[in-house]
Amino acid sequence: MIESPLFAVDYDVPLALSEEGLKETDYSEICRRLNRAPNRTELGMFGVMWSEHCCYRNSRSLLKGFPTSGPRILVGPGENAGVVDLGNGQRLAFKIESHNHPSALEPFQGAATGVGGILRDIFTMGARPIALLNALRFGPLEIESNIGLIQGVVAGIAHYGNCVGVPTVGGEVSFDKSYSGNPLVNAMSLGLMETDEIVCSGAKGVGYPVIYVGSTTGRDGMGGASFASAELTKSSLDDRPAVQVGDPFLEKGLIEACLEAFKSGDVIAAQDMGAAGLTCSCSEMAAKGGLGIELDLDLVPARESGMTPYEFLLSESQERMLFIVKPNHEKKVMDRFTRWGLNAAVVGRVLKDNVVRVLHKGKIVANLPASALAEDTPVNFHELMQDIPDNIKDHWDWDESQLPKASTEGIVPINGELSDKQISWNKILLKMLDNPTIASKAWVYRQYDYQVQGNTIISPGLADAAIIRLRPQQEYISTSLNNRGIAAVVDCPNRWVYLDPERGGLAAVAEAARNLSCVGAKPLAVTDNLNFSSPEDPIGYWKLALACRGISKACTTLETPVTGGNVSLYNETRLLDGSIQPIHPTPVIGMVGLIEDLNKICSQAWLSEGDQVLLLGVPFDNELNLDSRVSLSASSYLEYIHDLITGRPPEVDLALEVKIQTFLRKAIRQGLVSSAHDVSDGGLAVSLAESCISSSMGVNIDLPVNDLRVDRLLFAEGGARIIISISPEKHAMFYSLLNEFNSELTDPISTISIGHVNSTSKLMIKQAESIFINLSISELDEKFNYALSRRIDKDQLVDDFQGTIN
Amino acid sequence: MTIGVVVFPGSNCDRDVRWATEGCLGMKTRFLWHETTDLGGLDSIVLPGGFSYGDYLRCGAIARFAPLMSSLIDFVKSGGKVLGICNGFQILTEIGLLPGALTRNQKLNFICRDVSLKVTSSRTNWLNGYNHGEHISLPIAHGEGRFQCSLNTLNQLKENDSIALQYTDGNPNGSIENIAGITNSEGNIFGLMPHPERACDSMTGGIDGKRILEALIGTN
Repeated sequence: MIESPLFAVDYDVPLALSEEGLKETDYSEICRRLNRAPNRTELGMFGVMWSEHCCYRNSRSLLKGFPTSGPRILVGPGENAGVVDLGNGQRLAFKIESHNHPSALEPFQGAATGVGGILRDIFTMGARPIALLNALRFGPLEIESNIGLIQGVVAGIAHYGNCVGVPTVGGEVSFDKSYSGNPLVNAMSLGLMETDEIVCSGAKGVGYPVIYVGSTTGRDGMGGASFASAELTKSSLDDRPAVQVGDPFLEKGLIEACLEAFKSGDVIAAQDMGAAGLTCSCSEMAAKGGLGIELDLDLVPARESGMTPYEFLLSESQERMLFIVKPNHEKKVMDRFTRWGLNAAVVGRVLKDNVVRVLHKGKIVANLPASALAEDTPVNFHELMQDIPDNIKDHWDWDESQLPKASTEGIVPINGELSDKQISWNKILLKMLDNPTIASKAWVYRQYDYQVQGNTIISPGLADAAIIRLRPQQEYISTSLNNRGIAAVVDCPNRWVYLDPERGGLAAVAEAARNLSCVGAKPLAVTDNLNFSSPEDPIGYWKLALACRGISKACTTLETPVTGGNVSLYNETRLLDGSIQPIHPTPVIGMVGLIEDLNKICSQAWLSEGDQVLLLGVPFDNELNLDSRVSLSASSYLEYIHDLITGRPPEVDLALEVKIQTFLRKAIRQGLVSSAHDVSDGGLAVSLAESCISSSMGVNIDLPVNDLRVDRLLFAEGGARIIISISPEKHAMFYSLLNEFNSELTDPISTISIGHVNSTSKLMIKQAESIFINLSISELDEKFNYALSRRIDKDQLVDDFQGTIN
Repeated sequence: MTIGVVVFPGSNCDRDVRWATEGCLGMKTRFLWHETTDLGGLDSIVLPGGFSYGDYLRCGAIARFAPLMSSLIDFVKSGGKVLGICNGFQILTEIGLLPGALTRNQKLNFICRDVSLKVTSSRTNWLNGYNHGEHISLPIAHGEGRFQCSLNTLNQLKENDSIALQYTDGNPNGSIENIAGITNSEGNIFGLMPHPERACDSMTGGIDGKRILEALIGTN
């Protein structure tokens, strides 16, 4: 063997451990596994591979509780993306991933490379990316720096997604002060499999060549994975080199060349280089295949000279992949990449022994058992506190009796701006619609090309979920397959999770499924992005654990297994006074659903004058017997009108969700429903207003007489509620379906007729003789559609184009 | 009758155009790799939307040096029809086959939405399928679609009846005279920022773009 610098332990161990984010116990474990001390390069490799980002060292035991299998699941957690069987020979790969920390420091590139990374996870499997969604969280737009962040993040997503030619079709954006300084950028992608076999990452074939393709390796993004697994401080800005720079043009070529190469059958295994770059791809491929990989760094295409092995191995340069290919097919594979202007080089071979061996200038610079790096990685044990934290208990003590008296005209806000005088329900509704979390996100999605590829069935903002036609991209003849679609959504009620992590976790899954059901899609599977603060804080860990418990329960009951996802911890900011501000715990649920017939779908927009409006879900209750599944606790109304984030979120009734959603899908499938929209942020009144704005049609709502507070009637959240409209001609068939459905239930579902769609261009909500809301659609529209541009482009003239919806 | 769709590295509407021409309109279509120089057997050529060569330097600035381009100029000289959509329009102005330039949108952001347009020329057969002055709706999706030109060029365009499509009901990108699409003086080249290929399939929205693509196989 060549003389090696392997045994050179020429570094300050405590300093190196702190640089790599490793603990002393990790170091002794590494020495035990290697039977020697690691050299500095090897220690760096352990640092990234043992970070939360790569090995879930804090969350693995919690993730184990998720249901991960089901009749449609072809690939569950562990590979680059999950894959579900759509029937008819079609298979869908999908996954969500966060890029929170990079986006906090360099919003444009941080968000752009987040998109690039999630796309690579999809096409590495042999799937062509067909859609992107994103879940974004920012601090309030009243703070100038948050405006810069949203502008940068949205422009970065637009830059990458638009150029690479994958439509960004949906997502969610919300605002809370806990995200000031630590925004969340979660990107989800869906892809339709184009190869017969799903391309996996496990190494095969001793002696087979290892090929590197894509962009060159540089010093950018050094140690991004370890950096992503630490809290953000002012000095984090010094870590800017840890943020990578993306090139969507190279990625577009990479997609085409990879899919061509995979279809040729010459590629045995593939792994993209994301977090921890070459280190991660080599060790994952070796560990999963039970074989080894030898990598010669002198053969790796480099963009800078004089790079050290450490820099090569930990670089997070973008748009790179590693393949294992059939012997003697190297040139054929590489030619496909050079044709697209990409680099391709043989950089190593598959070894019989289960090691990752790295050569540099003729010497072995790292030689590690692959399993030591990538498998049996250490777990941080956290004790789950058994008691509910005191401040949560205090929140739960809040109830509606603490609100001032609500009259038929309005209410005096508790902590609101106009605390001395009553404001009307009209004004309150307008204020809710003007809140950036509730308001139209047109300012965001108009910057995304949501139409490229020609399969976007519903434009963003018009329905509860995005819908993409399942037309294979390389076929140009109309077939029956073209009538099927996939619906997708991302969702997280972070205020609820903050106030009750378990109910919040349940609600995130239930609402995602409800959104899919509202467009007529059957929910299939979930990818989750757990954005939390430090698990080392017992309350932080308690939140993570309980949210996971909620997600597990809901995914089990709703039969939507989790096929993978991402965990992002340490989302917190150190404030100037030295205190730590954790984000609202934010487990984002990405869910996909199948639509068998694209002619049978629903949007949220009213369709025809005269259609009857119905409320499905928990019916109106009464003051003496309040239903715990519906509440003003933890509601948007409480936060945006009374300036209170408090109360216990309503109970989530999963059995009711299943019933309501199943019935709604049946009714939509039979063509009996004109529109469907779930009741979520802002309650009944906001949902009704959104359906009016989307359609420019009015509605006259006559609520049943009861003794409930007016604000509870208008703004309460929860209860698996959905507002649908049906045409008079379908009335008889609808009720016959309902009766048939209910006849098989011991506890039938409730539908209450609450009004009719009309041509008045007005939203009118009344109860007997009392009119609560009477607003023209143009007044609603003005608040709802301009809320973001008013705050972001405040010095510019308001774009008269922002207001109209296609 | 065959339509050629040019594929540059970075083109991303090439397949969408072919889906519209072949899948929706039943017109025979083939792809032309940017390195090919053989344009034989083609009735018309489409330069599709996207980000050719990453739009580095300037939109369309590198595409003009593609090997295919010299053949394309010969194709045009012999009267062949060329349609440039979005990035294709940008390339046509860069190479000088159409006058003017497309610069960053006035409000800087990328814009994706449906726009109202007025058909303002019936001189060429590109828009023969529409009535003069007809209002149509097509999607736009661009960051650099602000048409600009000198006053002289503008007058020339007007004189030649070359202004083919104008934005109505608001100007999304700040284009001079609300210009969304122009033809050359010979009438065999049409460049436009809106995407007619995205408006040919009733399942995904309107079908106002069909008649533009149908003109690919008509005579001038």
